[in-house]
Amino acid sequence: MTSTVTATPGVSQGLDAQALRASLERLAASAGIRQWDLGAACSTDTSVQVDRGEAKQMKGAQRSSITIRVWNDDGLVGVTSTSDLSEAGLEKALAGARDASAFGNADDTPQFSPLATAPLQELHQPLQDPQGILRLLDTLKAAEAELLGRHGAIATVPYNGLAERSSERLYLNSAGASRQQRLSTASVYLYARAEETGRKPRSAGAVRLAYGAADLDIAGCIDEAAQRTISHLDYAPIATGRYTCVFSPEAFLDLIGAFSSLFNARAVLDGVSLSNRESIGQPLAVPFLSIHDNGLHPGNIGASAFDGEGTPTRRLALVEGGVLQNFLHSEATARAFGVVPTGHAGLGAKVSVGPDWFEIGPTPGSGGGQQGLDRFRAPEPIVWIDSLSALHAGVKASQGSFSLPFDGWLVQGGETRSIEAATVAGDIRTLLNAIVGFEGEAKVTPDGLCPHVWVEGLSVTGDT
Amino acid sequence: MVASATSAGPGTTSPDPGAPTRFDAAWRPRLESLLASGSAAGADLVELFLERTDHLGVLAEQDTITSVSPAFGMGAGIRVFRGERDGFVSTNDLSDAGLRRALEQALGMLGLQLPSLAGTGLTTGFEGLADLRDFAAAKEEWLRRCPELREATGRLLEGTGLLERHGSHLQVRRGSYARDWQEVLVAASDGTFGRDIRLHQSVGLNVLAADGEHRSSVGRRYGTSGRPDDLREWNADGSAQEVCESAGTMLYADYVEAGQLPVVLANRFGGVIFHEACGHLLETTQVERGTTPFAGKVGEAIAHGAVTAIDEGLSDGAFGSLSMDDEGMEPQRTVLIENGVLQRFLSDRAGERRTGHARTGSGRRQGHTFAAASRMRNTYIAAGPHTPDELIASVDRGLYCKAMGGGSVGPTGQFNFAVEEGYLIENGQLTKPVKGATLIGEAKEVMPRISMCANDLELAAGFCGSVSGSIFVTVGQPHIKVDSITVGGR
Repeated sequence: MTSTVTATPGVSQGLDAQALRASLERLAASAGIRQWDLGAACSTDTSVQVDRGEAKQMKGAQRSSITIRVWNDDGLVGVTSTSDLSEAGLEKALAGARDASAFGNADDTPQFSPLATAPLQELHQPLQDPQGILRLLDTLKAAEAELLGRHGAIATVPYNGLAERSSERLYLNSAGASRQQRLSTASVYLYARAEETGRKPRSAGAVRLAYGAADLDIAGCIDEAAQRTISHLDYAPIATGRYTCVFSPEAFLDLIGAFSSLFNARAVLDGVSLSNRESIGQPLAVPFLSIHDNGLHPGNIGASAFDGEGTPTRRLALVEGGVLQNFLHSEATARAFGVVPTGHAGLGAKVSVGPDWFEIGPTPGSGGGQQGLDRFRAPEPIVWIDSLSALHAGVKASQGSFSLPFDGWLVQGGETRSIEAATVAGDIRTLLNAIVGFEGEAKVTPDGLCPHVWVEGLSVTGDT
Repeated sequence: MVASATSAGPGTTSPDPGAPTRFDAAWRPRLESLLASGSAAGADLVELFLERTDHLGVLAEQDTITSVSPAFGMGAGIRVFRGERDGFVSTNDLSDAGLRRALEQALGMLGLQLPSLAGTGLTTGFEGLADLRDFAAAKEEWLRRCPELREATGRLLEGTGLLERHGSHLQVRRGSYARDWQEVLVAASDGTFGRDIRLHQSVGLNVLAADGEHRSSVGRRYGTSGRPDDLREWNADGSAQEVCESAGTMLYADYVEAGQLPVVLANRFGGVIFHEACGHLLETTQVERGTTPFAGKVGEAIAHGAVTAIDEGLSDGAFGSLSMDDEGMEPQRTVLIENGVLQRFLSDRAGERRTGHARTGSGRRQGHTFAAASRMRNTYIAAGPHTPDELIASVDRGLYCKAMGGGSVGPTGQFNFAVEEGYLIENGQLTKPVKGATLIGEAKEVMPRISMCANDLELAAGFCGSVSGSIFVTVGQPHIKVDSITVGGR
């Protein structure tokens, strides 16, 4: 039996690209398969959760997965995935992909990316040794204790976790392409729950990512979680009506991410995007808005150097000066549009396309909308949206509409008070054209880079 | 000494040559050896969960099959308890060495060490596994009896063709089919030894209708468990008609006006309100976290007297039904609320240890990479004495929610869910269709406002994502009336 998983001391169980290629070439040849590619990944994860000073759960996981695509004699594509990277598993997956290829779509057949052997940009992703679960546990216990001590009303931190991961992924194809990337990452999240006598419980939290547990900004995570939770303790209902809303960077990035089909060539071809083939070059938003996708930004912890088809990741202008500039592409959609793949593909018989990491802000030279915006000095009441919920249910991407619960504050006369329970609703295209301007510096978040964004005339429903 | 999960040595992902690959009683010696070792190390309880999976996903768009996605896999999850603490390790490596390494890591998380393999006469407290309870014996043929690819793709194309026949202004027609087969073997140091095969199939139809600036996207999904002929017996025509009718109605609907309104929620997937507003808060997972307002309220009224709510894993063919849960326990019919009074919580092994609530056969997980947690199965509000028309007639001005989208609940008990198809109620009559509504509220406030239940209980299949992953569930209810709730809109 040939093992395609080998030990890589200090990092994780590693993928042996040469062994994997040798196995696939031999198995494919014996099955009469001339064209194939594959994506494989393996990871080792360790995580802890705590509850009021005690370990609640400690988890470890070793995972491996592989997706194999084959092209049959008619040029049709089939795919199969498995967690079994043994020789027998690969053989079964290859056979499954060949069987599935009989049902391949002749009208939309993926090919190898022409950029699957293009040079990759070198990423600064320092590999860090894992700390081990006991150190993670001690660190998280201390963080929880610190957070509990920040305010008498914070009684628990019901959602918390500290995790570290070592992972590796690769892409190979029968034309000789070979991509491989190793990565170590760590994350911490702290969501506190606070309750004062006679009042409703309130909750808020914070997340931090880094390349290793030792680099996590845990103090910053505690500060942010405490500050946000405490700021929601004094709450009041808000009257239903139309408001100027200020989206936090996280909230605006979430909203744009939920409507990313606007920029998705796959969605355009499938007819489920609000954009169409003729939308490139057309105004989409206010003339001072820029949106780029940049998976290579140094703030994108865990960035991928290449996509599922081996295409290099790159920075791509989606909107500049309010005008739609480019779509995100796979090999197949790029071919359909007569452009080059952009590095946003998955791997499948029908290849999915998705964004990496957004950069949102004013278009250079555009003025950037109204200047000097300050929600604490605004003459009218401002709804400051801290975080959006239930995007999976409240966003109708193909219609453009959204109706979403949010946590936030009403800012009035310089005073800030948490909003008890409310939803914000609207249409994404209307919203993009109702942006007033930006406030403050852009902030790096796990999902992208964005300043606070002012939008006027949004419908807010309150609990009164 | 604690073994970090990252120190794993070389491994393969299949069992030792000659080792049994089928999950049956032949695994007993290997599992007993692991359980004995874990017990000898000082664990209060050791649980092994082995899994093999076989998945098929098919997508049809317009009149073409655009994606066929088979997947298969296997793995194990090993959980060790000591007091109220637990360590959990999952692996794809089912070799003896791989499983022992995973056990060693799980023990190490609790400060325990594997005893020497050479040791004999270990004091373990482990008395061996009970006779295998093989719930899978009658299910061996299920996978083989499911439709082959050609038949499955044919049925889907029939569905998208029927959408074309019944719909108008359809820009996109999609049909999707998912078949999830899972074989599990559960063994624990308390003697639990069970095997099961699960089969879940679901088929969905979605359309996007467009006419100028008007757009509506509507989808429905139908699912069953343990019925290999499900796709063959699927009423494609009825499903297509339902989807097209809804899309046509909603295409020109106005956005709902926001406010505090009485609402009537339809049966079937309307049950998502109870699932989100209350069901999650009756899982011992929430009691452990201190995130349910209902902890310590057993025997107290938490809902209107019209409300009786049940969670069970027994309904034949329902998406959330099980022969045994993922901890080897047979499911029960658990009355959660009776006439408004809280009766009990849904509990698993960890919940029983940490909260004292007895297990209910509700320990569930997506797969071997997740530790089981207390989760819902088939959850519904029981039928009441009224007709649906009586509920609507009782409302002067409100909202009728005919079809619901997804929802969620947060750590403070605030829930939300989307209304896919809504109608205004004016003077006791349904009038114009409205869209874009989101209902939000808090369980403690909303449960007492469910004041009327109709006599038309029906269930609907769904997926629930939570601490132990995404699992198959059923939601359900008769038509119900909520006296007042926040309706988010424009």
